[in-house]
Amino acid sequence: MSLRIEPGEFVTLLGPSGCGKSTLLKMVAGLLSPTGGRVQTHTTAAVSFVFQEATLMPWATVESNVRLPLDLAGVPRAEAAPRVAQALQRVGLGGFSQQRPHELSGGMQMRVSIARALVTKPQVLLMDEPFGALDDITRHKLDTDLLALWQGQGLTVVFVTHSISEAVYLSSRVVVMAARPGRVLEDLRIEAPHPRTEGFRTSIGFNDLVRHLHGQLSAASQDPQERLA
Amino acid sequence: MKSPPDATATRWIAPLFVALLLIGLWQAWTTLADVPAYLVPSPWVIAQTLVTDWALLCSALWVTVKITLLAFAAAVLLGSLIAFALVQSRWIETAFFPYAVLLQVTPVVAIAPLIIIWVKDPTLALVVCATLVALFPIISNTTVGLRSVHPGLAAYFQLQGASRWQTLVRLRIPSALPYFFAGLRISGGLALIGAVVAEFVAGTGGTGAGLAYQILQSGYQLNIPRMFAALVLISVTGVAIFAVLSVLTRWALGGWHESEGGR
Repeated sequence: MSLRIEPGEFVTLLGPSGCGKSTLLKMVAGLLSPTGGRVQTHTTAAVSFVFQEATLMPWATVESNVRLPLDLAGVPRAEAAPRVAQALQRVGLGGFSQQRPHELSGGMQMRVSIARALVTKPQVLLMDEPFGALDDITRHKLDTDLLALWQGQGLTVVFVTHSISEAVYLSSRVVVMAARPGRVLEDLRIEAPHPRTEGFRTSIGFNDLVRHLHGQLSAASQDPQERLA
Repeated sequence: MKSPPDATATRWIAPLFVALLLIGLWQAWTTLADVPAYLVPSPWVIAQTLVTDWALLCSALWVTVKITLLAFAAAVLLGSLIAFALVQSRWIETAFFPYAVLLQVTPVVAIAPLIIIWVKDPTLALVVCATLVALFPIISNTTVGLRSVHPGLAAYFQLQGASRWQTLVRLRIPSALPYFFAGLRISGGLALIGAVVAEFVAGTGGTGAGLAYQILQSGYQLNIPRMFAALVLISVTGVAIFAVLSVLTRWALGGWHESEGGR
């Protein structure tokens, strides 16, 4: 498979389980190395990764959790503090810096995780089904906030999800993948203008896109063996 | 989550009530049934003995406590170091962990005579015995703790290019703390048991005589009230060790770990 992502895009990888979307994301992040072929990134691009779970340190405060990547990189405290405060402000958790993760809801924990990703001032944000475990209302809220962040920061986002509507709502491009072998089935541009609102979610154009992608995804989910039989 | 004040009060009052009830029943039984003090002394007689024999018992208590604390400190230090060594590689753990188990399954009574022969200094010999008893829970718990790092967090540290040292200090050690403290509470009690058992085996007289020696001596002399008084002191010491370690655990983990939440 081959895929090229331009700076400033919001690309969503959509596909059935096992098609390799998470694997692809991890290869871009450098967590896995490709068995064949190569992954090329801008040498100067700073990349941050957001996992399926918030993966916060339960023993540390929200502030220390967000500061972690800076601590690991040896950034002095005095320099890190304002950046941490700014990142928390940006995800709407300005007043929670001294709380511990277990005192926060699932949605708020995910916001902390996003703040931790933003604090290193990345150009590229890789997100592996970050909102999969959240309820719909929280998920929609975080989707909207993520779009605002993407627009405001000039980020490039590569996003993995199972949710078709989330993919349509967020993306400037949706890449539908299929399994065995992992491949790109369709590369679809979503031209809807920004800022996208709740009105967009219920529009006819939105529904058409969801229906189209649903058909593609069903095709992608079919086992080649089943198709032959 | 903070527990309401009455819950805290109940935690103290309920066991205290049970203790008073049992002591009352014991006192009533020995008094009413006229049980002789050389068979079962009443709580009142034991209390009197504690007061009259205080000088003797106090110095014996100090000997036992000293051995216990030294052994406990040695077990914590050695156990942690061994655990760190074990988690360095799967190979090391596979090769050496069975010997840690050997340490646990060998009864201290069986090896104490050997240690007492080998180690000239009697206090040191007792400390070695008690350390051997207290060591295993620290090794096994800390090893499990250092291994039980959340895989997502481990992946995050790897992604951020954290060094081995950073991963150890910022991830592995904090993750291991709940397990380490659980081991600590078991090991604290075992250090006391080890000290008492070793003293029984050693049976040393003279200046270095601890509570176990007092119990042996009182047995020979049929001084049963003193035997009970020494026994009470051992129990109180054990409870005190457990209480101190529990407070320490809550202080260290209360802010974040489930096992200490809502207490």
